Amino acid sequence: MDNPILDIRNLSKTYKGGTTALAGVDLQIRKGEIFALLGPNGAGKTTLIGAVCGLLRPSSGTIEAFGKDAMRQWRDVRRRIGLVPQELAFDMFAQVDHSVQYSQGLFGSARNDAHIEEVLRSLSLWDKRTAKIRELSGGMKRRVMIAKALSHDPELLFLDEPTAGVDVELRRDMWRQIGTLRDRGTTIILTTHYIEEAQEMADRVGVINKGRLLLVDEKAAIMAKLGSTEARVSLSQAVDIIPPALAAYPLSLENGGRTLVYRGGDGTGKGKREVAELVRALVTQGIAFEGIETRESSLEDIFVDLVERGEVPA
Amino acid sequence: MNARGAFAIFHNELLRFFRTAFGSIVSPVLTTSLYFIVFGAAMGSQIKEINGVPYGAFIVPGLLMLTLLSESTSNASFGIYMPRFTGAIYELLSAPVGVAETLLGFVGAAAMKSLIIAGIILLTALLFVDYTIAHPVYAVGYVILVAAAFSLFGFILGIWADGFERLQIVPMLILTPLTFLGGTFYSIEMLSEPWRTVAQFNPIFYLINGLRWTFTGASDVPIGLALTATLGFVTLCIAVIAFIFRTGWRLRG
Repeated sequence: MDNPILDIRNLSKTYKGGTTALAGVDLQIRKGEIFALLGPNGAGKTTLIGAVCGLLRPSSGTIEAFGKDAMRQWRDVRRRIGLVPQELAFDMFAQVDHSVQYSQGLFGSARNDAHIEEVLRSLSLWDKRTAKIRELSGGMKRRVMIAKALSHDPELLFLDEPTAGVDVELRRDMWRQIGTLRDRGTTIILTTHYIEEAQEMADRVGVINKGRLLLVDEKAAIMAKLGSTEARVSLSQAVDIIPPALAAYPLSLENGGRTLVYRGGDGTGKGKREVAELVRALVTQGIAFEGIETRESSLEDIFVDLVERGEVPA
Repeated sequence: MNARGAFAIFHNELLRFFRTAFGSIVSPVLTTSLYFIVFGAAMGSQIKEINGVPYGAFIVPGLLMLTLLSESTSNASFGIYMPRFTGAIYELLSAPVGVAETLLGFVGAAAMKSLIIAGIILLTALLFVDYTIAHPVYAVGYVILVAAAFSLFGFILGIWADGFERLQIVPMLILTPLTFLGGTFYSIEMLSEPWRTVAQFNPIFYLINGLRWTFTGASDVPIGLALTATLGFVTLCIAVIAFIFRTGWRLRG
């Protein structure tokens, strides 16, 4: 990848207790993309973010951001990075606008009330700017965390489980806001438990487990490589064998020959097309059926499969 | 150097102080007033003078030191411990601020807060006793130095503490007793041996006497020694904090 905004090489982190949280991670992030890092609890997602943002010291490896060494030129690097951690963590007794102003100054930006107003308005916090943070709802508090991270207009934004514990409406709202940030050119790396979130928003997806990156690819490519379609046709009468006219399709019989099962496709629509062809062939062959259930495999299926097997399929 | 970052920390800490200004100011003023009433008025009528200074005026530097030490230590220790406790420390660690900015912000604000309270205490003292300041410039400088020294110490304490209990232990069990035993209310000359010798191993004794010299022009120890001890303490604290930041002890995993 040419000129990645973030270039992580052979990054490892072993804690004092001996737990290895990261084991030789290589990852390059393109400028302007949304990258979703998926992984179960304890996979190393937060450790990876912490290492880039300076919250912990890696055991080995290198991190370059914006072409600069994040360990040596940490001041230049950090002022261009924003972080929204998983936990709600701030001075609960502070006023919303004071808290955001504090973040802006902390990251070396000159006081810019117009920018703070823009950020607070975009997150629907403007009316709450003089409220104490502890008076806000959980969803609003999470928005304050995002406002703080955006206060210095970062080029690279880390969102660690940004929608954990928020309701569906707010989650959709946040997805829109993240999309808006991407449109403005901000590079976003998000970790999430909601696979739907990655499926909805990410340009590329990485799957991490036990400190190792199992897979990094374009979301569409992953779906094409690992996605599939399943169709279950309930036949009116049981059959003993798959009719020869349907031999070209990946079919099997279940339920004593009463259910014809199609498992194929590649996540790009091929499966749907073949199921449509199969239905036409059934009609042409005069094979009566009572119903069809179809199901596309989701990124979640792929993710679970990857994590359970622990290896990247060929 | 991220001057804006340092100012942001400083300003944020002062905002926190002014949010709780009533409790922050009333409590030390009330406590010190009680000391003046009990020791200055009640006992002072029995003791009269020490080293030619009326007893009420004699205890002013000691009480000022008592306030400075406890306020500086607790302000700075709470200042850095609270973000550690709430998790908000992530923002500080991920920001482009290093040792210098952090110290200027947290320690500067803690020292400023205790100086504000010290000023109020001095004004309060005027209600109870007549006192003069023999070397006002030295007094101001010395008070600032002590406030900075114990704010640095409090900062270390706030990083070391892993619970509110530990945060209280050092001021309660070490600083306050040492301050009381360091000549806040008496001259070392009033002690008999071996306590007179033992008292000289108490570092707070030098601080109190240094400040007392700036107020009265007389003290149990030479001002040079008191100043050297204080500067040595500041240097030690800065070295410890630099070590903490370099190693990430209790801050970075």
